[in-house]
Amino acid sequence: MSIIQHINKVFNHRVRLGIMSALMVNESVDFNSLKNLLDITDGNLASHIKALEKVAYILIQKQFIGKKTNTKYSVTKLGKIAFKKHINALEKLISQQK
Amino acid sequence: MQFKVLLIMTKKDYLQDISEIKNIMNRSTRFLSLSGLTGILAGVYALIGAFFAQQILKEYVNTNNRSVYNSEMGFALDFIMMELIGIALIVALLSVITAYILTKRKAKKEGVSIWTTTTKRLLFHFFIPLATGGIFSLIILNQGFYGFVAPATLIFYGLAIVNASNFTFSSVKYLGIAEIILGLIALNYIGYGLYFWAIGFGVFHIFYGTIMYFREKPTI
Repeated sequence: MSIIQHINKVFNHRVRLGIMSALMVNESVDFNSLKNLLDITDGNLASHIKALEKVAYILIQKQFIGKKTNTKYSVTKLGKIAFKKHINALEKLISQQK
Repeated sequence: MQFKVLLIMTKKDYLQDISEIKNIMNRSTRFLSLSGLTGILAGVYALIGAFFAQQILKEYVNTNNRSVYNSEMGFALDFIMMELIGIALIVALLSVITAYILTKRKAKKEGVSIWTTTTKRLLFHFFIPLATGGIFSLIILNQGFYGFVAPATLIFYGLAIVNASNFTFSSVKYLGIAEIILGLIALNYIGYGLYFWAIGFGVFHIFYGTIMYFREKPTI
């Protein structure tokens, strides 16, 4: 049952998993790129970003490009560790159930 | 019984999660809207270009089978060089236009945008070795080392592809490595540059493009 402990409840949603996946392999990703990548609405994405930010898994950086704001997201050290643990747990669960 | 069903269901979910994660990681870092058809057409342009280049060279040899050191001939050589460079530029331009049109079409079909961070990254890593090679070739042309141009362009083009392969289908790196090896071989056969050029930019492109075309979702 110890593996179950590592299944992170924060990641218990496909969108959050998607956001984390994109941020893990990129230095930073902006809002629109994430939206296109995951093919979801603004509101949906924003709420999941908020959830991930709340637990300090991702970092939000606001920038101005001309007059437009450009918001970029990147993964924190804590987020990286949590995500890796989660993936490991998933893989273990899958291999155990074979 | 119920417990077992639950287990199977979650297993399927987890597998789906993992594959989704891999998919997003790939899509967010790699530019995957390249079409195999681009390679095939670029190869065809190169072969047509090589054919015209050969005709020009043949004509030149036929009309100038006198002394090698002839001032008039030097002038003619310059003119021929310009013609050959012109052909190369037309081939390159046509290939770029084709790549743009076909990529845009494929991206539209897949519902992804074409101008993304991934595209910029791909182009940046592709063009640094390529531009270096272009400038390098112009300099050695200017110095009169005509025979080294074909090997140099092949080698630098190969390096550019290998460098860019981290940001698109990774199998493209084999094309890059093949171009580099061909360029190194061509260095040993100065004077036959056009044939190596036709193989590298023509045959190799058609070959790789065909492979890509027939498995539109190549392994990553």
